[in-house]
Amino acid sequence: MLRFLIAVIRRDILLAARRRGDWLTAQFFFIMVTSLFPLGIGPEPAMLRTIGPGVVWVAALLACLLSLGRLYADDHRDGSLEQLLLAPYSNALLALGKAIAHWIINGIPLLLIAPVLGIQFGLPADALAVLVLSLAIGTPVLSLLGGIGAALTLGLRGGGVLITLLILPLYVPVLIFGAGAVDGTLSGTGAEAHLSLLGAVLVMALLVAPWISALALRVSVE
Amino acid sequence: MSHPPLLSAQDIACERSEHTLFQALGFELGVGEALLVRGGNGRGKTSLLRILCGLSQPAAGAVHWRGAPLAHVHEQYGREMAYVGHVNGIKDDLTPLENLRLAADLGGRVLDEDAAVAALERLGLGRCLDLPARVLSFGQRRRVALAGLVTAGALLWILDEPLTGLDVHGVALVEGLIRDHVLAGGMAIMTTHQPLSLDGLTPKSVSVGD
Repeated sequence: MLRFLIAVIRRDILLAARRRGDWLTAQFFFIMVTSLFPLGIGPEPAMLRTIGPGVVWVAALLACLLSLGRLYADDHRDGSLEQLLLAPYSNALLALGKAIAHWIINGIPLLLIAPVLGIQFGLPADALAVLVLSLAIGTPVLSLLGGIGAALTLGLRGGGVLITLLILPLYVPVLIFGAGAVDGTLSGTGAEAHLSLLGAVLVMALLVAPWISALALRVSVE
Repeated sequence: MSHPPLLSAQDIACERSEHTLFQALGFELGVGEALLVRGGNGRGKTSLLRILCGLSQPAAGAVHWRGAPLAHVHEQYGREMAYVGHVNGIKDDLTPLENLRLAADLGGRVLDEDAAVAALERLGLGRCLDLPARVLSFGQRRRVALAGLVTAGALLWILDEPLTGLDVHGVALVEGLIRDHVLAGGMAIMTTHQPLSLDGLTPKSVSVGD
């Protein structure tokens, strides 16, 4: 079972490495969106520090959505999704592997870029650390829940817009707890409560999302 | 027939958007047997094959593998069945050999590299081993998918129009592959609009949609 999981993850990383252009789009989108806010709002340190956590988190959500459209779509088009579904392992394991691969490919780079972007908003070092930590717990949730949306909208016309409408409401708790953790650090009330809740959401998503994605995939390929 | 049928379909029906494509269709297939699915365009041949591999559910009836419904033996069936659909299921960014390696990894098999190269060479892809599938022609990509059958080592092959896009030489090669597989105790189910000549082998046949 673990072997299949690793095979799925390695497969997607190999394919992403062969198509670096696609992969870089979401990362650049993340950098551009967060950089536009200081430019548009003006160099007011107190204001930037207040909006900083929220802006970085919203940009992370959008960057994630941008790359989710391709999670299953390419495999669906060239028929390899059918082969994956017919593999002698549970389809939920496939969905879990795809979500983990999506997080490694798209989530981890966000974690690495985020502190640099946080500096633009004048966030102090402890808030930067919490920002990275909250993204580390929150972005896997984005990949897991996003997988459900990607599976449901597979093969539909205008799937890209539909996935946004379906999945963004589910992302709201992650956004609130993620940005809230950084805000808590800034205001001195502490980040533990928010991070614990974020952790609970991650556990829930890990348990439930792969099964729902697998069901959605089977419906979509039928 | 001394062998019990491994694959059996009873009374299966298929509906597409409230339109019945076929119903009360049944057959049995044992080792060393091939089945040819006949029918015109849009009559449900592909739908039948997808039901037989477990990708879609029949509107009525059931398909059994070794006596158990497909949904209950998903993992065993996944090891014993290989499907080549009308899209090839190979990755354009990878070379033919990488595609076979990937398929083996996902199937939980260890790919014998020499055997994989031999399979690709047998299908006339000896000169394309290092090229990404993207630059190969339609027929060559079809051959990569069919080479995957040889390395998969599955008992049952389900092939949707395997001869499409192949040249005369390719058609003969694939006919040879199917015949060798079935005569060696394998099983094959296929659709084709082209005349199929499997010397020494008479496939059973089933018609959809008349």
